[in-house]
Amino acid sequence: MQKLLFRSIREHAAAFSGGEYTSEELTRAFLRQIETVDGRVGAYLTVDAEGALLAAREADERRRRGESLGPLDGIPYAVKDNFCTKDLRTTCASRMLESYCPPYDAEAVCRLRRAGAVLLGKVNLDEFAMGSSTEHSALGRTRNPYGEDRVAGGSSGGSAAAVAAGECVFSLGTDTGGSIRQPAAFCGVMGLKPTYGAISRYGVIALASSLDCVGVFSRLAEDGETVLSALVGRDEKDMTTLDVPPSPIPDRPLRVAVVTDFLQEGMVSDDVRACLLAAVSLLRESGLAIGEVTLPEPSMALAAYSVLTSAEAASELGRYDGVRYGLSRAADTLERLYAESRGEGFGREVKRRLLFGTYALTGENRETLYDRARRVRLAVKRAMEEILSSYDLILSPATPTSAFLANARRTPAEMYRSDLCTVYANLAGLPSLAIPVGVDREGLPLALQLTGAAFSEPLLYRASALLEGKHHGRDEI
Amino acid sequence: MDETRYEAVIGLEVHAELKTASKIFCSCRTDFGAPPNTQCCPVCMGLPGALPTLNRRAMELAILAGLALDGEIAEKMRFDRKQYAYPDLPKAYQISQDKYPLCRNGRLRIRTEEGEREIRILRLHVEEDAGKLIHTEAGTLVDHNRSGIGLIEIVSAPELHTPEEVSAYLRALRGVLQAVGASDCRMQEGSMRCDVNLSLRKRGEDTLGVRTEIKNLNSFSFAEKAVRYEIERQTALLLAGERIESETRRYNEATGRTDLMRRKESSEDYRFLPEVNLPVLHLLPEELDRLRKTLPELPQEREARMSKTYGISPNDAAFLAADPELSAYFEAAAKQTSYPVRLCNLLLCELLRHCPSDPFSSPVRAERFAELTELLGEGSINGTTAKTLLARMLHEDLSPRLCAEEEGLLQIRDPKALTEMAEAVLRENARAVRDYRSGKTAALRALQGRLMAKSGGRADPVLGERLLLSLLSASPSEE
Repeated sequence: MQKLLFRSIREHAAAFSGGEYTSEELTRAFLRQIETVDGRVGAYLTVDAEGALLAAREADERRRRGESLGPLDGIPYAVKDNFCTKDLRTTCASRMLESYCPPYDAEAVCRLRRAGAVLLGKVNLDEFAMGSSTEHSALGRTRNPYGEDRVAGGSSGGSAAAVAAGECVFSLGTDTGGSIRQPAAFCGVMGLKPTYGAISRYGVIALASSLDCVGVFSRLAEDGETVLSALVGRDEKDMTTLDVPPSPIPDRPLRVAVVTDFLQEGMVSDDVRACLLAAVSLLRESGLAIGEVTLPEPSMALAAYSVLTSAEAASELGRYDGVRYGLSRAADTLERLYAESRGEGFGREVKRRLLFGTYALTGENRETLYDRARRVRLAVKRAMEEILSSYDLILSPATPTSAFLANARRTPAEMYRSDLCTVYANLAGLPSLAIPVGVDREGLPLALQLTGAAFSEPLLYRASALLEGKHHGRDEI
Repeated sequence: MDETRYEAVIGLEVHAELKTASKIFCSCRTDFGAPPNTQCCPVCMGLPGALPTLNRRAMELAILAGLALDGEIAEKMRFDRKQYAYPDLPKAYQISQDKYPLCRNGRLRIRTEEGEREIRILRLHVEEDAGKLIHTEAGTLVDHNRSGIGLIEIVSAPELHTPEEVSAYLRALRGVLQAVGASDCRMQEGSMRCDVNLSLRKRGEDTLGVRTEIKNLNSFSFAEKAVRYEIERQTALLLAGERIESETRRYNEATGRTDLMRRKESSEDYRFLPEVNLPVLHLLPEELDRLRKTLPELPQEREARMSKTYGISPNDAAFLAADPELSAYFEAAAKQTSYPVRLCNLLLCELLRHCPSDPFSSPVRAERFAELTELLGEGSINGTTAKTLLARMLHEDLSPRLCAEEEGLLQIRDPKALTEMAEAVLRENARAVRDYRSGKTAALRALQGRLMAKSGGRADPVLGERLLLSLLSASPSEE
């Protein structure tokens, strides 16, 4: 059974065509897997068995009539529970939206439906995508399939864990500062944060609109590419989307920049450091040109990221006021209605960020914090583009350590180093891929990260083959 | 008491709804009067995950308005979020333009009885409207049909001083916005609303006093009355040695006063931040040129042309030109009469009183109204008859000429017939005749009245007067 659940999209499609099994049978297999393992993993917040089986039967029917919609037709997947799904509960893992059913589908969900993909359900996250362990979910705990005492990472922890545990073929998540790549790294799957503007955010509940990206979790690079191509492209409902053909893959030896900050003592775990060094020699042996770079604005970039996301989040979450939808507490004045609904609806981490975000825009702070953060972002973007004018790829760890323990008290320095790996791609709007490369001495997945120029996603996936495989123990799950 | 020692300093913020078929950030319709919450969608309801998309036509209309106000149109425009929590604002922010407004440094010419002045426009920017709260006994309801309708906000410099100027400014602004088709400016439908900022200072001083803001005035006459009241209120406070508080007030239509809404403890902090879901817009010079070429005749140009073409006074021309419907009606009628000045007088003094003004529409067809003017101008009827006929024309579509002929309302201009009547009047009013002849010339008016009565209101008043005078000056001994 395990084998079936861990097959690639191409293998499933071939099995459908060859009559080996139907989408309905595959969907039932995934639903059984969810029933069997999700009690331990805790990836799903909502399973839509009925909807999934209906969609699967439709896919089978199309195939019988010779009207298959393509490679994704009949393939079961999951989405992070901050994507709106029509009439299907969409919670953001918050008490605020615990019973909220949107009247419309997110554009990404629409596009996958048009491609025939079968939605199994909605998966867990840190509340409103604020966090990096999925422990800030108000609605459930997600465990790392590689170790129950470990976190799955976050905020898209459910998306990563579901793919890793064979509870779906692929999944969608969102990445604002690493929320796809870090959990992908922790759970040993591929996690792509595409170029800002490559995939429509319409219907994705925002954390920080200027940084949020929809992205893909898959076990294989080729699966990721297939899903990505169904999602990318201009959506007239999201004015930040662009129709840009993916940049061609150069037919000369690739030039790779290694971020040396992470080779310094104490920046990353010994295992991660060893991985990075091994990858560098591997790439060199493969004939690639390797250079060294350092992170631009290392002291300012994270602060800027923190100010920007908090300020935008405070703005985005202002709408949850108990008036129109979501949790609402009757009160005798408008102020009390707001205060009690928000006080009860939001968790601690959300409140902390809303306070900071509001502070960052209030009075003179707007100039000293927010406006300055925007300037830092611009400087980072230029510096990253500068690096990518001489290199095709930037190689760094995806996370400084393997998955940490649940309920761990992480020091600010640890959290800082963790974000340092991932936020650059968000600040610069660049595509970035977390690639599982092996396991550490405790058997936990380790991952490296490749970042490329805008719209170079195909290159990232192709290049991942250079790192993957040789280190990778995927079938050991 | 010396009220005249204070001068009011007034600045206006006018919101006008852009005349687009769909809302500014989604494709919902903008029809007025639809049942509550039937013209809204996830975007204008601010539902989680929804994103705005910009209505191109809305931006074009706003640019036309900016051009018509002679403003500088920005090459770079950006939308910002203006954040505040209120139940009619579903996202808890309004998408507006803070730092990079569409237009700055415009001007608007206004005309009052004191003469003509130019008022500076500080800025014109684009934003979205909020929903409407409906207070019922069961509680407060929100109608989101209006949420997300495109608005332009036009901010004047604080350069107005009197209620009349406020009214003239609003009228002139409405004329410009209507002329370019940017807005209907129907105040009673709320498609044009005005906030007034008003302070007093001693005449001759430059510093500004503490100001109050009167919110959401929705008719010219309310704006004028509210300003008049607020000037009186502040004057009385100052004369009593009290201080003006910085506060927001509301005009009460029932009492004609302004009431306190809230005090402004400190200036509100809207925590503006860029609306990153909308692109920064860069206006191409050729696009601006293209729009400039589509500008129609503006009220100021129309005013000059009409004054010249029809020989009407600049004041009348300004009044007509400010309203595209009114001026179109005038011009349609003027084409069919040789007496445009009379037409203008008859229109402004008589017909207008019977016409809805917002927007102007006439119950009398232009060609009928021209026909009436023609009768008056050629002397076939007198002013009294004209009024009588007009009163009937308001209710039925009749030809005033046929009517006057059939009902014998044409003016009596036959000297013989009029002389006979005049002689009879003199015979029957011997006392008045004596008075007149003994030097009480005012007695003539009584005799004129008698003549008019005798003729059934149809005597040509000029000819009648001439005949009376000539008979009176004849020797009394002849009798």
